[in-house]
This record gives sequence, structure tokens and C-alpha cells, in this order.
Amino acid sequence: MRERVVLALLLVAAIALPWIAEALGTPATTGVATRIAIYAIAAASLNLILGYGGLVSLGHAAYFGLGGYTVGILWAHSRSGEPFLGIIPGTAELLITFPAALLVGGVSAAIIGALSLRTSGVQFIMITLAFAQMVFFLFVSLAVYGGDDGLMVRRPNELLGLDLRDPATMYWLALGTLVFWLWLMGRIVRSRFGRVLEGVRQNERRMAAIGVPTYAYKLVAFTISGMACAAAGALWANYARFVSPDMMHWTKSGEFMVMVILGGISTLLGPVLGAAALVGLEYTLSGFTEHWKFILGPILIVIVLFGRKGLMSLFGRWGSGRG
Amino acid sequence: MAEPVLAIRNLVKRFGGLAATDDLTLEVRPGELHALIGPNGAGKTTVIGQICGEIAPDSGRILFEGTDITRLGFAQRVKRGLSRTFQIVQLLDNDTALENVALAVQAAQGHSFRFWRNARLDRSITNPAHALLAQVGLSQERARVPVSDLSHGERKQLELAIALAPSPRLLLLDEPMAGLGAAESLRMTEVLLALKGRIPMLLVEHDMDAVFALADRVSVLVYGRCIASGPPDAVRADPTVREAYLTEEDGH
Amino acid sequence: MALLLEQLLNGVQFGVMLFLLAAGLTLVFGIMGIINLAHGSLYMIGAFAAAWVAAQTGSVLLALLGGLAAAAVVGMAVEYVVLRRLYARDHLDQVLATFGLILFFNQGMTILFGRQPLFVDLPEFLSGAVEVLPGVPYPVYRLLIIAVGLLVAFGLWLLIQKTRIGMLVRAGATHREMVRALGVDIRLLYTLVFGLGALLAGLAGVMAGPVYSVNVGMGEQILILTFVVVVIGGLGSIRGAMYGALLVGIVDTLLRAYAPGLLRVVMDASQADMLGAGLASMGVYLLMALVLLLRPRGLFPAHA
Repeated sequence: MRERVVLALLLVAAIALPWIAEALGTPATTGVATRIAIYAIAAASLNLILGYGGLVSLGHAAYFGLGGYTVGILWAHSRSGEPFLGIIPGTAELLITFPAALLVGGVSAAIIGALSLRTSGVQFIMITLAFAQMVFFLFVSLAVYGGDDGLMVRRPNELLGLDLRDPATMYWLALGTLVFWLWLMGRIVRSRFGRVLEGVRQNERRMAAIGVPTYAYKLVAFTISGMACAAAGALWANYARFVSPDMMHWTKSGEFMVMVILGGISTLLGPVLGAAALVGLEYTLSGFTEHWKFILGPILIVIVLFGRKGLMSLFGRWGSGRG
Repeated sequence: MAEPVLAIRNLVKRFGGLAATDDLTLEVRPGELHALIGPNGAGKTTVIGQICGEIAPDSGRILFEGTDITRLGFAQRVKRGLSRTFQIVQLLDNDTALENVALAVQAAQGHSFRFWRNARLDRSITNPAHALLAQVGLSQERARVPVSDLSHGERKQLELAIALAPSPRLLLLDEPMAGLGAAESLRMTEVLLALKGRIPMLLVEHDMDAVFALADRVSVLVYGRCIASGPPDAVRADPTVREAYLTEEDGH
Repeated sequence: MALLLEQLLNGVQFGVMLFLLAAGLTLVFGIMGIINLAHGSLYMIGAFAAAWVAAQTGSVLLALLGGLAAAAVVGMAVEYVVLRRLYARDHLDQVLATFGLILFFNQGMTILFGRQPLFVDLPEFLSGAVEVLPGVPYPVYRLLIIAVGLLVAFGLWLLIQKTRIGMLVRAGATHREMVRALGVDIRLLYTLVFGLGALLAGLAGVMAGPVYSVNVGMGEQILILTFVVVVIGGLGSIRGAMYGALLVGIVDTLLRAYAPGLLRVVMDASQADMLGAGLASMGVYLLMALVLLLRPRGLFPAHA
């Protein structure tokens, strides 16, 4: 019961953040918080297959980038008037681009997952990384959409007359999506599907022995995860108003993974803490030196070697991994 | 005679130059408890592996209820009514005993592509799970304990409960008595006796007391081949069997 | 025709470099069961060290030794401080810790050498060209790389097939417990295997300097391709690493050389160039996808 009260209070504080930031004279905080929220969605989506499914996917940034580029490409075509591939008209309506991003993310994840999940262990890790790199090169080579330089999305999408250029509105959209996705994940993780997924992580042989065709379940989880990550990418395109192949660089995949582990793997709120921690670390460390990754690297190693449970474990029972 | 539940025909499996299964032919009849015994290294585990589908044979066929299942995967065979226990128990160590059985019950009910309802609160899963645990003799209190805290004997009981969850039509038991003390073995024997006749079973065991108390028929596996098969007393008296196997056992 | 031969040789040369990296990686995967993302960092360190020594001393030999020594020393340090604690851990921990190493090394190199790439000049006797076939000149240095690579491949083959250490390596790839039971100090074996991998990576880095530029990030670029090689060739298999590396090297090089040209036949120049470049960089990954469809364990997996 106490959990719910604290969570509710946190949610209220999160919603009130833009006003608090204004009052404190630090309006830029809203932008940082938006960044954290969007990354948290991506990290949480990775956590579904990583924390609960035990699948170490090093290529999740591909879906983040694909979601972002869906918005970017559709926007570019809405400006130029020419339909994409000759048939799909461009649009700047979020109610269309967002589902489109989900579709693109889902289909890509389904294809890549179908191939990658034929392997396991070290091979799986390498293959997910390689496919993400392939997607990266694909977009680098698409000069028409900016190639290496990326694509500016000069105006964020339209959504029911809301002005997404307003930092607070954008933030609330990201926060709302995050809360919705976490709630959805909570249901998935506790459902029959979630139980099977956790079983696959713990002992795949045992799952086969009770008659579960594990490949199908891993693939479905992988696809859902890809869709959610693409949703984060679509939001990013609206927030940053810029998409580039860096969104799908393997280092981005690494960052998502770091967020998951920092926050506490296979906990629902862990990725949020992890995203906040990594963004926070970046801001504070880069205040000292431009070479802040030189410090982040060893910090990460130390955490992995000595403190695996993540930040959520600081909250005791909540961090027990039971979601 | 009625069609056998399980028919193994000319099964061969080689590892490098060694034939672990050497032209094996074996049958399990409806309702019977068929024991498979043999000295260490005879290839019993390899046979079980091929029957359940984890190991692909080099040649030969496996028929279950008349259907050729040689090409099917493990999970597919379980869906058809096969079930097995593992000698080294395969459990979900982070969960409780109840959760382990519940997952097996859930899997037996069909597909699990359901994303909404909380599975742990689903009575249609937990009720049968409780019943299965009671059947193998695990108490309600022990059921809620994390598996890692259970004793070896309790883990073996749990392993059996999980195997029974899909209401199997053939049960493969891979050394269910391994590592059990006298009292625990007795209890396990009683549980299996209660199942006898209702579910055909292929029992791989070293514990000779249990074998001769339980088995309707016994087959003896030596170097991947079946050298004798028949009622326990006949097998016990068979001179070739005594030579190959029983005389190696201390005290028999 | 001459162009084709030249491109084929380029492909072999690239393949040989990939082999040097893949051999170490596949041994470490296969024997130690550990995934090490920082393998590319050793390549980068070898390249930077050799480039720096070459610039300071002008001596090829010293540059070679410097690069190898740097890779070996850093490799041993990494194994002792970090990797040793990861042998028993799960893959996620290994990925994260070695990712942390990448951040550390990449930023470290930037601190030491700045963000600009280094270029290495070849000494006189290595910078000419030789006629491999009448009318087909080919750079001496690239031929040298191919020769070195083949030599190393032969040496590895000898080591693995003919020596006691090699037998342990082969056994360790499939039966870790058995090797332990033989009373072999598994830790020492691991350290040696890792050290060998580090040396090979460093050697590749030293040789890479004059051909490709030396920059931070070169390690990861080639590492991912190395992963593709290992996946195609098969985990734990040196033979697979060789064939996979040559296949990837040749396919990648030929695609880059010919894809845009071939596409110009069917579409206009700018589209062809764009699509060609994209296809060229994606090509080996599509090849990997194809191999995965048909042989999920690779073409020459170590285990049966």
C-alpha cells in the first residue's frame, strides 16, 4: 500500500516538474527530463527482453533509429509533396507517424529477431550487433535523407492541435507515453506470456520439457520490444527535431544496456532510474572534462564487477526483481 | 495384443566412433511400468534423450501411440503426450515450487500468448498446481518456498509434479530416486505405485529395490543394446543379465 | 581484368587482417566462453603504438615491436584486472564490462593523441609496387600483409594441431571440464590464449596503420565485421575463422568496388552510386543473414 502512495506522489511530482522548473529558474530541466523519459522508454523496452527474457540484444538502437527516421522521412515527404516510394504520402500528423513508427519497428524486429533467435548465447549477441550495424550503414548511405549528416525535422508533428515545440507539452507527451508503456509492461510481465518469458530466461530446457515452443515466445517478445523502442525514437524525432544514423550506432545500444543495468535489471522502474542516472552522469561528468567517458568506463566496470543489482536495490523490496 | 504406447525400432546413435545406442528395439505397453536398467555407461540417458527428442538418432524410428515422432522436437512431443523428469532436476530456481508447477499447468492448457491477466492470481492454474503438489506429497507450506531452499528430495518430488502437469500419456522417469535417502525413496516409490496402471511409464533407475517393486517388465541395456527383456523375476534369473550387470552390484 | 585481380587481392588482404582478429576472438569465445568487446581496442592500441613509435624513431622494426608490446601488455593487464573476474559470469556482465573498457580506451586514446587520425608513412623499401602478373602492379606492402597473414595462419595450424598446448586448446574448446580434470592449470591456459589473441590483434593493428588511417573508433568498426566473420565461420573454429575472413574480405571489397558500377547499368548514376554504396556496406551482413538461415551454427562450427 505504501508503494502505491509513494509512486503516486512521484507521478504527481513528475507531472508538476515543468512548473517547478520554471519556479526554480531552471527551465532547461524540462528538456533534460524529456530526454530522460524518452531514453527510459527505450531502456524499458530493452529490459523486457533482457531483464525478463534473458536475451542480450546489442542492437536495440536500430529500432530507436528506425522509429525516429519514420517520423523524419514522413515529415520530409510531407514537405516535398512527393510520396515515399511513390505511394505513401508524407505526413506530419503524430497520430499517423507514431503508429507508423510502431509498425516499422515491429516489422524490423520481427525480421531481425526471426533470424537472430535461431542462435543463442554469444552468437546471438554478435548477430544483433551486426544487424544493427547493417541498419546504421543503410541510413548512412541514404544521402537523400541526409546520410551521415542526419535529417532535420524543422517542426515537430501535429497532435490534436497541441504545440509540441513547447517544452512542457513535449515533456508531458513523453512522460505520458512512458507511464503508459511501464503500465503495459507491468501487465505483460505478470501475464501468462510474461511467466513463460521468465521461464525461458531461467531454464530454456525446462520450458521445452513442459511443451513450450520457446522460439515463438522469444520472437514475440523481441517484436514487442522493438516496437516500443521505435516509439521512443519517434518521440525523440519530435523532441530533438533531428534524426541521424547516430541514433542507431552500436554505442547507443550500449548506452541503453547501461541504463538497464544501472537501474536494476528486470525491475519495472529500473530503466527509469538508469536513464536518469546515465543522463545525470553525463551532465555532471562532462562539467569536469570533455573526456567524461574516460571516467564512465571504469565506473561501469566497477558496477558490473561489484554491484550488479542496480539502483533499484536501494529501494529494498521493490528492487527484488518481482516487478 | 494392443498397440504399444512407445515403440523404439532399430535405434542407432553414434558419438564419434562409439555407438551409444546400438540397434535398440524396445516397447512400452499400455498401462505398464517398464524399467530400463543397465550398468553405468550403457547408454540409458542417451536413449531417454532420443525418446524425448533432445538428441537426434542417426537411424531408426520412434513411434508414440502408433505415430512416428522421430522428426519432432522436444516441445512438440510433450504437446502430444510425452513427459519426462530429468536426473539432474531442471527447475526454475528463482521461483517457488508452486510457481514451477503452475507454469507447467499453464503450458499444458494451451498457448500462453495472453498478455493481460495476472497469471499468478489465476485459479484455473493454481488449483491444479496445488493438486499436483499434493499428489507428490509436497505440503502447502513447502510449496511457497523458493526452490533454492528446498531439500534434494523435495526437488525430486517437484520434478515429478511438473512432469505430471500435462496429464501425460507416457512418462519417462530418469533416475527419480537418485540421491534420495531411504525414507524419501520409499515415499517416491509409493507415489509411483499410485500412478502405476494409470500412466504408462518408462523408468530408468539404479535403485534395484524400487525397480523390482514397481516394474511390470524390465529391459536390460548393455553397450547400447537390449540384452534381455521380460518380467522382473525372469530378468533377475537370466544368466546373461547376471553376468553383465547384476553381479556388479554390491549385495545383490 | 587487371582491376578484378587487384580487387581480389585487396579482398584477400582485408580478409587476412580480419582473420588475425577473428582467430583470437574465436579462440577466446570457444575456449573461455567469454565475449570480449574490447578486442578491437587491442587492435587500435597496436595501431596507435606502432604509428607513434614509427613517428618517433622512423624504424619499422621498433614500430612493429612497439605495437605488439603495447597490445600484449594492455591485453595482459585487461585479462588480469577485469576479464579474469568475468569467466564465471553471464554474457551480459561480460558485454557491459568490456563495453566499459571500450569507453575507457577510446577516450584514453583521444586524450593521448587527440581526435585527428594519424597517418603512417611507409619506408622506401615497402612502398613500391610489384608486378604480380605481367601488367598488373600491386603494392608491395599489401602483399606483405597477405604473406604475414598466411604465415600466421600456418603457424596457428601448427600450434593447434601439432603441439601439446594446441591439443589443450582443442580440448578446451569442447570440454572445459575435462581439461581441468587433466590437472592443467586452466587459468594459465586462459591467460596464454588471451595473450595470443591480443598479440594477433595488435599485429593486425600494426599492419593496418599504413593502409587504413589510425583513428579512435577503428577498433569497433573492424570488430563488428570480425563478429560477422566468426558467426559465418563458426564459433571456436580457426578453420572457420580463415574461410569466413576470406569470404567476408573478398565479398566486402568486391561489392564496394563493383556494386555502384553494376547498378549504373540498370539505373541512373546518382541513384546507382547511392544504392551501390549502401549495398556494399550492407552486403556482408546480408551474407551473414543468409548463412544464418541455412546454417545457424556457421559454416565450420567447432562442435559437432
